[in-house]
Order: sequence, then C-alpha cells, then structure tokens
Amino acid sequence: MVDFDYVKPATLAEALALLRADPEAKPLSGGQTLIPTLKQRLARPSLLVDLQALPELRGIEVSDTHVSVGAMTRHAETASHSGIAAAIPVLTHLASGIAHPQVRHVGTMGGSIANNDPAADYPAALVGLGAEVQTTERVIPADEFFTGLYSTALTHGELVLRICFPRPLRAGYCKMPNLASGYVTTGCFIAETAPGVVRVAVNGAGPCVFRHREMEAALSADFSPTALRTCTQSAEGLNADLHATAAYRAQLVLVAARRALDMALRTPI
Amino acid sequence: MSQISITVNGIVQTHEVEPRTLLVKFLREHCGLTGAHVGCDTTQCGCCTVHLDGRAVKSCTMLAVQADGGQVTTIEGLGSPTQMHPMQEAFQQHHALQCGYCTPGMIMQGVDIVRRGLAGDERVIRHELEGNLCRCTGYQNIVEAIADVGRRCPESCGGARRTAEV
Repeated sequence: MVDFDYVKPATLAEALALLRADPEAKPLSGGQTLIPTLKQRLARPSLLVDLQALPELRGIEVSDTHVSVGAMTRHAETASHSGIAAAIPVLTHLASGIAHPQVRHVGTMGGSIANNDPAADYPAALVGLGAEVQTTERVIPADEFFTGLYSTALTHGELVLRICFPRPLRAGYCKMPNLASGYVTTGCFIAETAPGVVRVAVNGAGPCVFRHREMEAALSADFSPTALRTCTQSAEGLNADLHATAAYRAQLVLVAARRALDMALRTPI
Repeated sequence: MSQISITVNGIVQTHEVEPRTLLVKFLREHCGLTGAHVGCDTTQCGCCTVHLDGRAVKSCTMLAVQADGGQVTTIEGLGSPTQMHPMQEAFQQHHALQCGYCTPGMIMQGVDIVRRGLAGDERVIRHELEGNLCRCTGYQNIVEAIADVGRRCPESCGGARRTAEV
C-alpha cells in the first residue's frame, strides 16, 4: 500500500476544510472498498479524512412518510433496525444480504453510494424508492445522483450527510449474487411508491444502476406478473465478464424482476 | 507516523504506526499476537477476524488508525490452553478443525454468530459463515460446534438464551 496521511476530524467543518484544501484527499467511511483499492494501488490519495467521528453523518430516523439514514450507518445497523424493518422491510432484506457479516459491521451506506460500484446493492434501493441524497451542499434526487460507472454527482469536497427514503406502498428486491464474492451479478428493485406509480431499478447488469421504463409502464398499469410477460431487456450496453455475458445478464434482469415483484406482492398493504 | 492506543484483550497497546498499517499487522507485529492470520489479504477468507468493540471485523481490511481508542479481542483474549472458551472447547469436541489455519477466524466469527442469536438454525449459521473460508472443507463440524455453543451456553458469547427468528 502506498503511504498517505490520515486525519480523524472531530467536526464536519474541519473535515470539509481538509478535503477542499487538497485535491488528492479522499474521505474514508467504512473503508471496505477503499482499503482493498489502496492495497491494489488503484487509488493513491495523499490524505484520508476519516468520517467516523462526525455526528452529522449518524443516526436513523423513521417517520410516517420517510426513513432517513445517516451516511455513516453500517450495513448491519440498517439490517437490524426495527424501525426500518417496520417501515421499509425490503431495505432490511437488502442490507442483510450485502457481502458478509464482517463487512456489514464496518461498511456504510454513504460509502457504498459514493463509490457507486455497479455491483453494489444500495444504488438499486435509492433509485427504486426514489430516495434523496442530502449532501453538505444540496439535496440530490437518486435519479441524478448515480451518473455512471463508479461516478456520482458528488463534487470534490462534497460529502453525503443522509439518505432519505420515502416509504413505499410495497416493494421487493432480488439479486443474483456472484456466489464467491456476493457482489450483484444482476439485481432488480421494484417499488409501488403510490397507487399506480411504480419504479423499477436494475443494478449489476449495466455500468450504472438504471431505471427500466418499459417495466415501470407495464407495472403501473397492472402490478402483476402478467404485466412483466411482454417486457424485454436488450443485451446492448450491459456488462460482460467471466461470470456472465451481456446476453445472460439481460435474461437475469427479467428473472430478477419477476422475483422482486413476487416479494413486493407478498407485502401486505 | 501516528501514535495510537488500542485496548487489545484488556491491555492498552500504545504504538507508533504509519497510517497505512493494517489492524492485523498492528496485532501481529506491534502487539506480538499472531493468532489472527493473514490468509488472503483480500477480505475473502476471514482468517483475520477479530472483534472490534464487540463486533466481528476483518482486521486485514481495516487500518489500525481507524481502531484507535477501540477495544479489540483476538483469539488469544478469548481463552487459554488451560482455560478454553466454550467455543474453543466445542471446536475441539466436534473436531471442527483440520489444519487449523482458519480456526482463529472461525471461532471469533462463531462467537459473533452466537452473540447475535443466529446459531439456532444450521442454514443461518452457514449463511453467517459466508465470510470465512476453510480449505480443509471442514464446514460440517464447524457448523455443529457453533450450533452446540448456541444451544448450551449462548451467554458465554454475550448472546441471549432465546434464539432469534430469522
């Protein structure tokens, strides 16, 4: 690992000043992606600014309409929070399936979305539920937050503070994980956010999470498996690697969508 | 260099480290505790599993500076050859190890599984062991050892007697 400096600021103002003063500085949340990346020398930050002491990035709040999760919330906290389980049970399901227990004890929601790995789970939840990302500078809708492969709308020195999820009527998520790593080969998140309003997010299949407009239109008219029968997914532009070809991923999108819908339909409303 | 203090197995360990020093290296080279193993160095094998503030983490995927001020328990702090922890005894009784390389991580993860009340169902135990690899393929006996502790003495791992529904 290439050497770097490290600071654990006690205040948000100090953290932002450190990041803004150095274009090669990087924020460190849980480090479950960043540290392996540093080991492979795929990133060479001059300075790591550890966010773990900042209270503004902590805490889970559940209201009648929303669930707000602090950026530094560990996956295990999200997975075991009774308020989240009651308000958005699919978020509990998704968080409890990320990687494995040791990673869930350390990795954070803010870190995951800021990294925007195409094979990550949370981006599908944010886009599928129509969440909003509150940063140190603005509020960014999920549809505008994830901009491409490992890319987000965040600018240098801008930190995610909280993620605010509107409570859906019902929702489901299914991922086809890589059996060794647990990363998403292809996943699908389906949410009926209001009567007749459906959002469908696909992760793992493309370079970045994307909405499946054809399925959204079909399910908005008829929230049933029958509506998915005629939906299609082109292989064009999808990821291809030794685990799955683009054509196979295209097929998995349809399978994951059926299973995600099945989970949503089993949600009592 | 940064000076950090981590309470390891009840003893405050204060050392000067480079920021890039991994927690597992701090434990092995600065504290002389070689129970946590570096099997893969890529967050896959779980041989480096220790407890940080009561939760199982992979010490090869954490900087020592991140754990500054924290409480770490390693396999050396769990029990001793003359006074083994119930999980260590269970691994012995169930022959839950062959070469022994993965064992410290398996035992630390096993304690964490029982602490969280997830040792009541073999399927759940296997799911919870996703982050630990045994290349002697001894999983069956590992799962049985963890289930045994979950049944007999969950309080030894900080767990409750009742097993949570999953």
